[in-house]
Amino acid sequence: MKIHEYQAKEIFRKYGMPVPPGKVATKPEQARKIAEEIGTPVMVKAQVHVGGRGKAGGIKYAKDPEEVYKVANQILGMDIKGLKVKKVLVTEACDIKSEAYIGVTVDRAKKMPVMMVSPAGGIDIEEVAAKTPEKIMKLHVDPFLGLQPFQAKKLAYFVYKDPKIVRGAMKIILALYKAFWEAEASLAEINPLVVTGDGEVWAIDAKINIDDSGLFRNPYIEKMRDLSAEDPSETKAKDADLSFVKLDGNIGCIVNGAGLAMATMDLVKHFGAEPANFLDIGGSSSPEKVLNAMKIVLRDKKVKAILINIFGGITRCDDVANGIVQAVKSLKPKVPIVVRLTGTNEEIARKILEEIDLTATTNMEEVVKRAIELAEAA
Amino acid sequence: MAILVDRKTKVVVQGITGRDGSFHALQMKKYGTKVVSGVTPGKGGQSVDGIPVFDTVEQAVKETKANTSVIYVPPVFATDAIYEAIDAGVKLIVCVTEGLPTTDVLTIYNYLKIKGVRMVGPNCPGVISPGLSKVGIMPGQIHKKGNVGVVSRSGTLTYEVVWHLTLKGLGQSTCLGIGGDPIIGTNFIDCLELFEADPQTEAIVLIGEIGGTDEEEAAVYIKKHVSKPVVAFVAGRTAPPGKRMGHAGAIISGGSGTAEEKIRAFNRVGIPVAELPAQVADLVAEKLKGGRKRRK
Repeated sequence: MKIHEYQAKEIFRKYGMPVPPGKVATKPEQARKIAEEIGTPVMVKAQVHVGGRGKAGGIKYAKDPEEVYKVANQILGMDIKGLKVKKVLVTEACDIKSEAYIGVTVDRAKKMPVMMVSPAGGIDIEEVAAKTPEKIMKLHVDPFLGLQPFQAKKLAYFVYKDPKIVRGAMKIILALYKAFWEAEASLAEINPLVVTGDGEVWAIDAKINIDDSGLFRNPYIEKMRDLSAEDPSETKAKDADLSFVKLDGNIGCIVNGAGLAMATMDLVKHFGAEPANFLDIGGSSSPEKVLNAMKIVLRDKKVKAILINIFGGITRCDDVANGIVQAVKSLKPKVPIVVRLTGTNEEIARKILEEIDLTATTNMEEVVKRAIELAEAA
Repeated sequence: MAILVDRKTKVVVQGITGRDGSFHALQMKKYGTKVVSGVTPGKGGQSVDGIPVFDTVEQAVKETKANTSVIYVPPVFATDAIYEAIDAGVKLIVCVTEGLPTTDVLTIYNYLKIKGVRMVGPNCPGVISPGLSKVGIMPGQIHKKGNVGVVSRSGTLTYEVVWHLTLKGLGQSTCLGIGGDPIIGTNFIDCLELFEADPQTEAIVLIGEIGGTDEEEAAVYIKKHVSKPVVAFVAGRTAPPGKRMGHAGAIISGGSGTAEEKIRAFNRVGIPVAELPAQVADLVAEKLKGGRKRRK
């Protein structure tokens, strides 16, 4: 799950990290009021779930409340990489002397959390890693011990020399790791971490991605989920316990299992068409799940044919067939449906589908080709 | 021979009285797996289809000599279930449960190393050595005993590939799904090492997908250490970046973890990558033609 910068900063504050004061606004007047409250100058920052906000013009400096109104008015409603800005964070502008990067993520290959710091802050860290890897220090953390102060010291000295600044940075590095671990994050970063004119260290930006599987431990974070920032079909799918990703093609796909679902999309592309979506109905799927899946796929008006590919294991083909019958009867789809069924209870399933004059094949390539033909004929 | 599970495998089913646990305990038993016990706290003394149920894994291991645990408990309790199994002294844990927090699996992984216990999963279909033993949820009937080893990050896609192998008369030594999570107990390299050492296995199928760098590392390992022919498949050529494709681990992040990179890594070391799932069987048949040919 992605959360906004202002929400990540709430988590940072909870862990005692120095974050400049600020509040979130949905209207320009509200932004002006906040600026009057906290004092100017301020930064007005678009709150969207995407990187590169600065380059896109979604982060602006404003010297007085009038200018805050003006820039908030510009940023609110702006489109950044396909996402509409609905909120801005109005936050105190710092007097920046230097910018650094600190972050923590999971090293999948080493199977350990990894801390990363760099004196080259304020720019894309992946770019730094590619062009000047010597400017990044990586340090793996033993999950049993957690990040130790001596490690935080090592990281801080890689970036700073002044002992007072090193002490401030160490505190932030230790707190960042703790927040990362306890919030069940997959990524937590501050870019940039700044040193101000009077030698104070501040986290002026914040990014946290949350591991969905860890949300049950932190109900306060689950409440941060911003439904308005998600694709409505993806939200509906999540609520129905389906994995769904919207794509651009016209072949709607309903598959059991993530790997098979990806392979099905790849096959659609291989035979010259484009999949409209990724959709995994999961393991033990009930007829209801299939019905919900059909509803979600049919929301997309670009879909010209629906392709259902099931390899029954725990998923029973008869459950799927019953779901298809229910969906066809209740939703009366105008687009053709093609079905592939193999595995558990496939014979019973075939009989069930006869009721609505659907013939299921057992071959995945065949069903994909058929779906493409039908979509082209439509 | 086969790897990981065979006739000596004695299974304790953690979460045996749950919906999935009871169903699959019976399926495993029907397949011929020695399912010796089950565990559900508070239900000790009961039995499920003749399989005795205990309150703790320790009791189950002591009373029934179980050496392998399969876990079907809900994600909130799965972490504790894994530690309990490690503590009870089983040598292999198969964790079917999906949805364990990554931080938990990081800690579990490092603890397994200390204790010398192997875990397959989490979020996996399990392990089957056709004709010998099945520990997990895969449909037994699509498999056939033979000499192809199959290792995959997926579930149903593995069934698809295995089914084509079986239709072509290419039986399997062992098939295992290692799981779709970002952190898993057993990775491709571990399985390649086991298959290379297994006399029954003559060819290896590796089914990867987007996310992480396990496939790239496997390719390098194969070049150095694997003499048996390997055929690969990679799912997710059409997956968009930054989106989680069902599996928690199937995500292209920061431009890395794409199918293209993985395919290139395999091709670089001379491993053929099938374009379509059905082609895997053809490529394996080609490799096995005229008996086992060493790659070097």
